[in-house]
Amino acid sequence: MTEQGSSHRATMLTGAQALIRALEELGVDTVFGIPGGAILPAYDPMLDSKKLRHILVRHEQGAGHAATGYAQVTGKVGVCIATSGPGATNLVTPIADAYMDSVPMVAITGQVASGLIGTDGFQEADICGITMPVTKHNFLITRAEDIPRAVAEAFHIAATGRPGPVLVDIAKDALQATAPFHWPVELNLPGYRPVSKPHGKQIREAARLIAQSKRPVLYVGGGVLKARATDELLALAELTGAPVVTTLMARGAFPDSHRLHLGMPGMHGSVAAVTALQKSDLIVALGARFDDRVTGKLSSFAPDAKVVHADIDPAEISKNRAADVPIVGDCREVLTELAAAVRAEQQAGRTGDYSAWWELLEDWRTRYPLGYETVPGELAPQYVIERIGKLSGPDTIFTTGVGQHQMWAAQFISYEKPNTFLNSGGAGTMGYGVPAAMGAKAGQPDTTVWCIDGDGCFQMTNQELATCALNNIPIKIAVINNGALGMVRQWQTLFYDQRYSNTTLHSRRIPDFVKLAEAYGCVGLRCESPDQVDSVIEKAMAINDAPVVIDFVVHQDAMVWPMVPAGLSNDEILAARDQRPDFDEVE
Amino acid sequence: MSTLAPSQTHTLSVLVENRPGVLARVSALFSRRGFNIESLAVGPTEHKEISRITLVVNVEDHPLEQVTKQLNKLVNVLKIVELEPASCVRRELILVKVRADATERQHVLATLEPFGARVVDVAVDSLVIEATGETAKLEALLRVLEPFGIKELVQSGLLAVGRGSRSITDRSLRAVERAA
Repeated sequence: MTEQGSSHRATMLTGAQALIRALEELGVDTVFGIPGGAILPAYDPMLDSKKLRHILVRHEQGAGHAATGYAQVTGKVGVCIATSGPGATNLVTPIADAYMDSVPMVAITGQVASGLIGTDGFQEADICGITMPVTKHNFLITRAEDIPRAVAEAFHIAATGRPGPVLVDIAKDALQATAPFHWPVELNLPGYRPVSKPHGKQIREAARLIAQSKRPVLYVGGGVLKARATDELLALAELTGAPVVTTLMARGAFPDSHRLHLGMPGMHGSVAAVTALQKSDLIVALGARFDDRVTGKLSSFAPDAKVVHADIDPAEISKNRAADVPIVGDCREVLTELAAAVRAEQQAGRTGDYSAWWELLEDWRTRYPLGYETVPGELAPQYVIERIGKLSGPDTIFTTGVGQHQMWAAQFISYEKPNTFLNSGGAGTMGYGVPAAMGAKAGQPDTTVWCIDGDGCFQMTNQELATCALNNIPIKIAVINNGALGMVRQWQTLFYDQRYSNTTLHSRRIPDFVKLAEAYGCVGLRCESPDQVDSVIEKAMAINDAPVVIDFVVHQDAMVWPMVPAGLSNDEILAARDQRPDFDEVE
Repeated sequence: MSTLAPSQTHTLSVLVENRPGVLARVSALFSRRGFNIESLAVGPTEHKEISRITLVVNVEDHPLEQVTKQLNKLVNVLKIVELEPASCVRRELILVKVRADATERQHVLATLEPFGARVVDVAVDSLVIEATGETAKLEALLRVLEPFGIKELVQSGLLAVGRGSRSITDRSLRAVERAA
């Protein structure tokens, strides 16, 4: 930087103006936030910005999840803004959530004036210290002239390599001081060098293993969506004919209707997907991280499998499961080069023969399809979710909270397109659904956005209904209302002798979700029996000028199946209660 | 001092950007990933933009690789090198305050000589002794001083530098200069 030479020609801006200008220059069009004392200077120039739309949320957590919802459907960096102290600490949950699920997000927080830092000043919190373990990086800025570069670096770090949240904490006096504004800024990140291009030798080795393998599985994680590599995945899958499983974070990365797709692996995965991994001789992990919810008991996971592990984050490779072929790189480049290498193997007469493997897979898929029981006179939650998926169609974006309804939404909605299923996979943040739907709808206003929520989750963040109603963000929310913290209740049923300690939320309609929706300026509907389901969904779909909340009063004792009980081997999968699949013909 | 097998002791030299908060990022990463830092020394290098952190950790090889990869992800970390004991020089510094009145002073001084330790402060009934060396040597010194009565002991983290003419900072400095 040659600041001396150019500074007298540069525009003089306050730190606050520089912040807004930098966001505009970076192409930001939507931010979610709430003002407060320390960040107040930044909100003044925001009023004059013609490029930035600031959506005033009702709680900072809503701003954070909205930013991640927005980021995932637009492919851009999501932005949220909060003031110092409690404003900033309210962002911690969505920041941690974005960190676990690798979502590009920049959180901008006000900080007390630099002279007050460290004195326990009013609304002071060491948000950089607090968020250190849950951000990809963070900055504390105390000088106006440092703001443009910090913002530019934050966006670069958030969006490149393995995406993630970056926090920029700006002292109030830095926002108020004046400094020359330079743009573009040169990034000063000597220690940040993400690798995106995979190593050719490892790619060829992976292709060789794919050709030799008899029982391969493509284990697809969220990294494929982050890399926008779903076309490349489809090409590789069809080229090899290998079965595909998509994790919770990768639902939609591969069409559910495709014959090569076995569904979701993991604790509540399909029998075919879980067992395919378990019995495979080659796992090709693509942007996946062998999470404990996928592997079950790690020491007994896929005992006969060699592992090809491709990930943009070198620290994920061999973290949980040792990789035989480690590939560090962006999934799009990896898949493109891997397909070329597989093609070369095939041209040399080496093509994998998976016909015997497919006989087994088809058998498991046929004998153990996903399903659920219905109880006469009761509304099955799975049926509700299945019907919403069917009636709304494959262009719809779905978000969920965390729990039973999340698993059913992963199981019983058919995802055909990337980034149409947003949920909190790693952190498991209850309350993610409504604000994430709000952010998604703000990013894709012409797309139908449904939030499949539980009554527990809904009560954690439903204040954002006001934000949606006032800002013309007409999302649709299906509250799968079983009057309980359903997943916890399921565990109490199965593992705690049906002792339902503190999982019953209500039995007398407290709150009344229809009235609550109406109080927030939304349309409230209720459905209590199977024959009403289609008509109420259609009614909700016909409303496009207001958010809609449907209270689906469902059967309380429905459970999520299949299930691998926590801590057990994936061999112990139960297809339904007390029902162990029979794999004898494999041995 | 460590009682774990020596093969699990690793000495890492971590070059970092000389900025506020970097040490906190590095040490916090160790604790949250479940690793105990045995010894830590931080200071400037021959380049003002770069600080050097020397860490001694007791872990097996696989977890060490994981923590090294996690460290590499810190934006302010420029380079990590593991220094093998055979190919590096390692030193610690101790300052030890020993009880020694006029009658015992000569005995204390006599024990220092083989260790190359020296007296840096003398009082009527005590001495402050400075010694540098590898961990084992300093342990031996402390054992012989013990009977006189150790009133206070302060010890630096381990410092280590590779033998020979190669420098681990050269390439990192170029990256810093390019970015600046």
